[in-house]
Amino acid sequence: MKIVVSNNYEGPIYEQIKRQIIQAILSDELAPGDTLPSLRSLAKELKVGVLTVNRAYTELENEGYLQTVQGRGCFVAEKSSETIKTHLLDEAKSLMDQALQKARKAGTTEEEICTLFQEQCRRIYHE
Amino acid sequence: MNNMLEVTALSKTYADFTLDNITFSLPEGFIMGLIGPNGSGKTTTIKSILNMVEPDSGSITVFGKDNLAQEQEIKRDIGVVFDNSYFVDEWNMADVEKAYSLFYTGWSSKTYWSMLTKFRIAKEKRVKELSKGMQMKLMLACAFSYDAKLLILDEPTSGLDPVSRDELLEILSGYIEDGRHSVLFSTHITSDLEKIADYITYINLGKMIFTGSKEDFVEGYRIVSGDKKNLTPDLENLLIGVRTFATGYEALIRTQDVPENMQTDTLQATIDDIVVFVSRQAEKEAMR
Repeated sequence: MKIVVSNNYEGPIYEQIKRQIIQAILSDELAPGDTLPSLRSLAKELKVGVLTVNRAYTELENEGYLQTVQGRGCFVAEKSSETIKTHLLDEAKSLMDQALQKARKAGTTEEEICTLFQEQCRRIYHE
Repeated sequence: MNNMLEVTALSKTYADFTLDNITFSLPEGFIMGLIGPNGSGKTTTIKSILNMVEPDSGSITVFGKDNLAQEQEIKRDIGVVFDNSYFVDEWNMADVEKAYSLFYTGWSSKTYWSMLTKFRIAKEKRVKELSKGMQMKLMLACAFSYDAKLLILDEPTSGLDPVSRDELLEILSGYIEDGRHSVLFSTHITSDLEKIADYITYINLGKMIFTGSKEDFVEGYRIVSGDKKNLTPDLENLLIGVRTFATGYEALIRTQDVPENMQTDTLQATIDDIVVFVSRQAEKEAMR
């Protein structure tokens, strides 16, 4: 797994680390049961604070992506990719809500929205 | 968690400057940045820890031991890197070892020469022939040769090019990896700390502004900017170091003080931003 952090351009460093670990799980680069580098070795590798990596790991653990086993390190949790997919789907739903609200404001009818949605689907999934 | 270093209520008054009630602690296995503009008291703090200046009040313990009563014992485990090297100009690398190994019973000749090889410092070089970056590495090599547990660096990067600065950060993050070594690192080049530091202690004009984790520090503040006509007196009271220009304003604000209707308009603050705006505010208040 490759993690890259940049100074401040792309949000707090712990969030950059989180994002990249989530991405690695989604793309199957990290599978459930895989061990993550230890806090201190990842901190050294990235030249970032130990507390920064700790925060990224702790939040990922609280969100259900990682699992810490005392004395053995940090693992990718079972079902972690499902958890991510659920999160993504929830996000997609709320974005759709926003889109629908906007369209309704513009006076679009339900039928028109459905047609529009199908067209967009075709574009995204078949092209 | 054990504290490697504890500074409690440290004060020192000079004719034109007062270091006022400084308290912080550095746990084992972490890097702390000591920050603030020039003349803030960073060096006075460090010199107090090393018993090079005598504070008016306060106490300091290193490895849990009093820094005055047990000075000799403590110093065997401290490594120091200053902006200027403390070696004799004419010494070659063997002379440096001869002088140093006298003071440190735990000196490892093997470590010393392998460090010099790693840092690409030739054996026959004299101290005066070394660049600033090389001199810094020589100081680090010495500290590593007697396995110093605590490294204290005073403005180590101020005369260094970006490549040497990056190398230093790499050396430091390797140094603390085993969890048994700590670093206190004073600097006014805060970008060096943005990534690597675990803790920040911030002193401005002798006064403590903050001590705690770096994340808490940078998340404690936001940058706000906006149209000048929206700059109400109520808002201005919350702002730190506000700067106005023809069409708008820019300032620092404590995250907890951000008005609800402005939450989306604020930006993440860097350590540098915080230092600049807080100093500007302090200067403003001093002029009143």
